[in-house]
Amino acid sequence: MIAQDFEYSAPTNLKDALGLLAREDTKVLAGGMSLIPLMKLRLAAPGQLVDIGRIADLNFIHEEGGTLRIGATTTHYQVESSPLIRSRCPLLAEAASHIGDIQVRNMGTIGGSIAHADPAADYPASLLALEARVSLVSSKGKRDLPIADFFVDTFTTALEPGEIIQAVIVPLEDQSVGTSYQKMLQPASGFAIVGVAARIRKSGGKIAMARVGVTGLTGKPYRATAVEKALEGTAGSPPDIQKAAALVAGGVDANSDLHASADYRKHLARVYTMRALAIAASRTA
Amino acid sequence: MATTITKTETLVGKRIRRREDPRLITGTATYVDDIQMPGMHHACIVRSPHGAAKIKSINIKPALELPGVAAVFTGKDTEKVGPVPCGASLPGLRVPHHHILAMDRVYFVGHPVAVVVATDRYIARDAAEAIEVEYQPLPAVTDPEKALASGAPAVHPEWPDNTAFTYHQEGGDVDKAFAGADVVVKQRITSQRLIPTAMETRGVVAEWHTGDRALTLYSSTQIPHLLRTLLAQMLGLEENRLRVVTPEVGGGFGSKLNVYAEEALMGFVAMKIGKPIKWIESRRENFTCTIQGRGHVDYYEVAAKRDGTILGIKLKLIQDLGAYHQLLTPAIPTLSVLMMPGLYNCQNIRADIVGVFTNAVPTDAYRGAGRPEATHGIERMVDILAAELKVDPADIRFKNFVSKDAFPYATATGLTYDSGNYAAPLEKALDIVGYKKLRAEQRQARSEGRFLGIGISTYGEICALGPSPATPAGGWESATVKIEPSGKVTVMTGASPHGQGEETTFAQIAADELGVGIDDVLVVHGDTAVVQYGIGTFGSRATAVGGAAMYYAIQELKEKIKKYGAMLLESDDVSFSNGACVDNKTGKSVPLAQIAAASYRAMKLPPNTEPGLVATYFWEPPNFTFPFGAHIVVTEVDRDTGAITLKRYVAVDDCGKLINPLLVEGQVHGGVVQGLGQALWEQAVYDDTGQLITGELMDYALPKASNIPWIETSHTVTPSPVNPLGVKGVGEAGTIGCSPAVVNSVVDALSPLGVRHIDMPLTPEKIWNLVQAGGGKA
Repeated sequence: MIAQDFEYSAPTNLKDALGLLAREDTKVLAGGMSLIPLMKLRLAAPGQLVDIGRIADLNFIHEEGGTLRIGATTTHYQVESSPLIRSRCPLLAEAASHIGDIQVRNMGTIGGSIAHADPAADYPASLLALEARVSLVSSKGKRDLPIADFFVDTFTTALEPGEIIQAVIVPLEDQSVGTSYQKMLQPASGFAIVGVAARIRKSGGKIAMARVGVTGLTGKPYRATAVEKALEGTAGSPPDIQKAAALVAGGVDANSDLHASADYRKHLARVYTMRALAIAASRTA
Repeated sequence: MATTITKTETLVGKRIRRREDPRLITGTATYVDDIQMPGMHHACIVRSPHGAAKIKSINIKPALELPGVAAVFTGKDTEKVGPVPCGASLPGLRVPHHHILAMDRVYFVGHPVAVVVATDRYIARDAAEAIEVEYQPLPAVTDPEKALASGAPAVHPEWPDNTAFTYHQEGGDVDKAFAGADVVVKQRITSQRLIPTAMETRGVVAEWHTGDRALTLYSSTQIPHLLRTLLAQMLGLEENRLRVVTPEVGGGFGSKLNVYAEEALMGFVAMKIGKPIKWIESRRENFTCTIQGRGHVDYYEVAAKRDGTILGIKLKLIQDLGAYHQLLTPAIPTLSVLMMPGLYNCQNIRADIVGVFTNAVPTDAYRGAGRPEATHGIERMVDILAAELKVDPADIRFKNFVSKDAFPYATATGLTYDSGNYAAPLEKALDIVGYKKLRAEQRQARSEGRFLGIGISTYGEICALGPSPATPAGGWESATVKIEPSGKVTVMTGASPHGQGEETTFAQIAADELGVGIDDVLVVHGDTAVVQYGIGTFGSRATAVGGAAMYYAIQELKEKIKKYGAMLLESDDVSFSNGACVDNKTGKSVPLAQIAAASYRAMKLPPNTEPGLVATYFWEPPNFTFPFGAHIVVTEVDRDTGAITLKRYVAVDDCGKLINPLLVEGQVHGGVVQGLGQALWEQAVYDDTGQLITGELMDYALPKASNIPWIETSHTVTPSPVNPLGVKGVGEAGTIGCSPAVVNSVVDALSPLGVRHIDMPLTPEKIWNLVQAGGGKA
């Protein structure tokens, strides 16, 4: 990589890191799976890189108050392989297992991924379906945001200057919830052409709750609330799912590129929504 | 008298692991970028961001002002260097003068404009960005058919029709064949531009020895000696004062079978600054500035009898050449014409090539080089014919194969196929895949509305390039075999292996011939100061031509060994076997090491015999070799998404005698994977202004290990009579056999919808659109 000149620091505690973020031309390095390629191409040229990978306090997975807290520098591989996440929030582990390749999953982190806000990244669909929260910290203090408010636009988040992600907070699921993440991958990058996360709770033979997160289809990941509403209260039969899934791309300004046209992407969104919902439904107790 | 050790096993034919691997796997191999020298400077090249433009001005001052920048050179400085050579000659070929740095015009995105020399590569890159080039952008054209249309932008203003050459070849009586045909099938078939993507990009280190007036140039190349000859001409240097060294080469696939502007440019810079200079190509440069492969638009017509007998083949071939000719650019499509009839007994052919300039990097040899395109064409056409006549695609092939009794077989394109039994690999592949059962499964799947496809490709190829009259620069190969005083064996081959494993296979052959252990043999290559002149490694030639040269050198040595053996044994009846000379009368023997020592010590010499045990042999092959095989691919198409699943891949190849089946399989695997890349994923896509849309690995879809099915390999063995080893070559077979098998399979899957042809790559969206269009039919 022949990047432009930059300063690099790797603080070992959060306080030092937040202090370094005061400099305006700073970028946080949290795995580097997206930032480094951009710097290689000189599309990003930060004056200072603050590598948060050595801050032990940012790498954790633990239960707290009925939720799961996952530290920002937790790698995709750690998420994918954590027994706690696999048993209590399997949707997130499944999403992590779809990211890139083994090397990327060993380097890339959940905080780095969502801070980058690539519209085709895998995590956002699942985090939206999970109604996750993001815990942010700066030298001025802490705040929590719903994930839906965190993603603002393509490559744009609610992070303020000087602020970093501390943790992602997801619910502890019980056996009544079934989930699935289904994706068609872009053959070169491995990102999602379309990725759909489905999360369903059944009660008394009916769909009591449906959550659907969609990535890759448009400039920003979103929750397909029309699908959710159409499904809730039904028995979740194949025709119910088909009818609901048909609504996933309604009113969406779909992406179009070399790998998939807008119409094809919308079609794929319907197919993958159907598949994700069907699998999620089959996984409910 | 030493005890004779009888070697009971031969090494040829054994699955021996590559002796190259330990250094490659442990990271102790030396590539160009590993070379460090005191005082070494680094180069970064300023390149055109436009597909076509006039250069109005270049301001190098801002770069020169940066600390650490030693020099900047532009086209004016290097005007007298070069031009970049085109080794191919065709009647009436238009050859643009290919300066190593642009003069007043740029012709493709990535066209080199200036070079910055600095004390480190970061400074060089920063300085390159500081250079101000004022361009006047011009209309560009990247689609070869659009380039031929009237009113298209002229790539080179002096040739407004964008036509570099036309080429006609004809054999038999084509018009009569078509007039007498029951059926004629026609199809437009494309072979998209591909990016070779060697894992190691190109790289050059050049060191000028002022006192000796000598240049040493390290380059990641497949052809060190040819590079030396041509670079010396470009630089105006005596050839014997230029040494080219090829360190480890991390893949070439034909993309390093070339002489590039950057190689001459680094030689020029080293001579100017008097310090070593290094240039390492970035991946972006590799995508935009290293040659690309394929780039065909083919219009086929095949005439046949109702019983499936092929009577004649016509081809109009439009070759996207790019903006310049690199070393072999215009010659590549002529190889497609040579292979037009494939394995079929068809004596009436007509081919017309149009070579077209476009505003893109030149095309040239990429694994298969013209033969994959030809095989794709004929193998698609045979399937289209089978569909038209409603006959089984296997049966139509058996019907048209050149009979095994017909060899040597003269083709309508002027070749003589050396040996073959074309039905054998197809029979074997059908047997392995369980063809009849599979067709029954397909009927069942279709009744369930599923799209299951079975695709066959039976390919032939031209290997062991080749007899010298048929090549631009000599088609022989050389070997020097030295038996050292200790009895150790050093082989110096003029071939330049870069991943094929000849350090292992040549050692197997030499060890068997001389009766020594494989670890007693060292194979040396890739340094023009050490190795006698050679041609290089490409066109599946290294073992079939270079191995044969080594074989003959060893035979000369054996005669000399016997003379020394006879002297030492005081016998007039000796033979040499198992690493020792044996007195045929007494059974007494003397081992090779003792003979070697005696030959160098030279206390006594046999009559008319010189000291030492060294032989050099330049071998001119009498013909190409013609490997063949059959690949069968089973696919299933997801009707909801258009995604293709590869369910089975069976490859039965006949590459003649197998020296090392493990390495043969490795070559088949690698070749098949690159073939799958073309069939399913890879495409170099340019927009109308000449920008490469697939300019990074984020968008150019290379095959990944996780995308590849288990490849079921097998072989039939039909030795080549062309060389004493009986080998044919296998480096390109997988690539050549693969892509039509995949496309035939997917077309077969979708045939209930009336689908007859699909152009590569078979992207899910393309397939889904076909399913949608034919939705009512199945």
